Amino acid sequence: MTSVLYDVPGPKARRISLIGSIVGVLVIGGLLALAIVTLAQQGIFQAQRWAIFGQADVWSLLFNGMSATLSAAAIAAVIAFPLGLLLCLMRISDIAWIRVPTRIVLEFLRGMPVVLMMLFVLLVFATSSFVAVVAGLVLYNSAIFAEIIRAGIQSLPKGQREAGLAIGLTSFQSRLSVELPQAIRRMLPSLVAQLVVLLKDTSLGYIVAYGELLRAVQVMADFLGPQFLFPVFFVAAAIYIAINLAVSRLAIWIERRGSKKAAGGVAKAPTAGVSTVVK
Amino acid sequence: MDVIIESLPQYWDGFLRTLFLAVVSGIIALVVGTLLAAARVSPVAALRGFSMAYVEVVRNTPLTIAFFFAAVVLPRLGVTFQQFEVAAIIALSAYTAAFIAEAVRSGVNSVPLGQAEAARSIGMTFGQVLSLIILPQALRTVVPPLINILIALVKNSSVAGAFFVLELFGYGKQLANDHGDAVMWVLVGVAFFYLLITVPLGYVAHQVERKVAIAR
Repeated sequence: MTSVLYDVPGPKARRISLIGSIVGVLVIGGLLALAIVTLAQQGIFQAQRWAIFGQADVWSLLFNGMSATLSAAAIAAVIAFPLGLLLCLMRISDIAWIRVPTRIVLEFLRGMPVVLMMLFVLLVFATSSFVAVVAGLVLYNSAIFAEIIRAGIQSLPKGQREAGLAIGLTSFQSRLSVELPQAIRRMLPSLVAQLVVLLKDTSLGYIVAYGELLRAVQVMADFLGPQFLFPVFFVAAAIYIAINLAVSRLAIWIERRGSKKAAGGVAKAPTAGVSTVVK
Repeated sequence: MDVIIESLPQYWDGFLRTLFLAVVSGIIALVVGTLLAAARVSPVAALRGFSMAYVEVVRNTPLTIAFFFAAVVLPRLGVTFQQFEVAAIIALSAYTAAFIAEAVRSGVNSVPLGQAEAARSIGMTFGQVLSLIILPQALRTVVPPLINILIALVKNSSVAGAFFVLELFGYGKQLANDHGDAVMWVLVGVAFFYLLITVPLGYVAHQVERKVAIAR
């Protein structure tokens, strides 16, 4: 690997870098070893603690938690995307009394913790925790989707809209059949990245007592005894991270593929509204 | 409506604690994140690998899992905290640092090549190139994304409320329990105090962005 930040290492620099690497690996390895020894002293690695994974019940509980997580995420995504599209169209509408209120609503939704929205729906509308989780996710993510798509539309060359209007499309038709398809295609990587955020946020369901993966861990730890907390948590966290990593990889793959194929390439998300993808 | 005015002291206390959590973990995350970004572009392979692995894993870990680990699992393993705030700050700053590292790294990539080349050609070492030439320019370009990360941090601190820390969200839950008849107003009050932090920050980010866009 070459970098402009430092000279191509000569023999001496390579030696120093190698020594640095070895020391670094030793330090990190040492910390890991320390952690493992500490864990071992707690008896974490006793076989019987992990033997619970031989029971079908444990797996079926974990599986239920996982499917609860995935179904909440899937339903929320399916509702949030069209809603985001609609909000985006309202946000860039030519009519001020549609545009301005939408803008305020979007600002409000984006400035709000997702978990607060979940709690609000749960307590005020007295719904089931599933509905609360989905509603919270939908409210927040449709606002983010709207901002992402808006950024995509704004990144298009001006001529696209002008050409649409010039051939006699109405403003709305031009948005729908000229600008939106291109904007969505450009913003696909950001949209998929937001899906990862959505998936991660389903874990907030734990707080409003929705029976997702983390809640399943808690239930099992309460039921089986505290000594099993660590093994179960470890496996559940691994499942969560594995799913998210897979979706993230998908986003990167789409970005690479898009930048090769899509006409005009994939736009880098302007830092403006879209940076809320960070979460 | 009365319930908001009645419980203003609790709101204020929660507001200050949310601010405290966000500021302390924000500062820690900025420092750690910048160090991680520096490690990511360093000549030492082990540092690069560590930084990459850390960022990749943490960015794909739900925050609730990080909190659960810090507040529930760690104490079981013998690491106990006097106050749950410490656990919350550890979880929040460890989580946010990964995002800051990514933002700073993209800023490093945006600095023109000639800058680093010029610095090297006058004999600067890697540490000098990074700290004197690249990072000052990189950090300037990533101010708007960094502010957005800090906004996300403020919102994320609400998760602490579910793990025994009495900040805004924690008080909100408590007040909602006490005032079963006015739940809506209690939560609207909580929302107001969050917006009090996030909306001005968002405005600052927007202004800085416009300024930077013109400067380019």
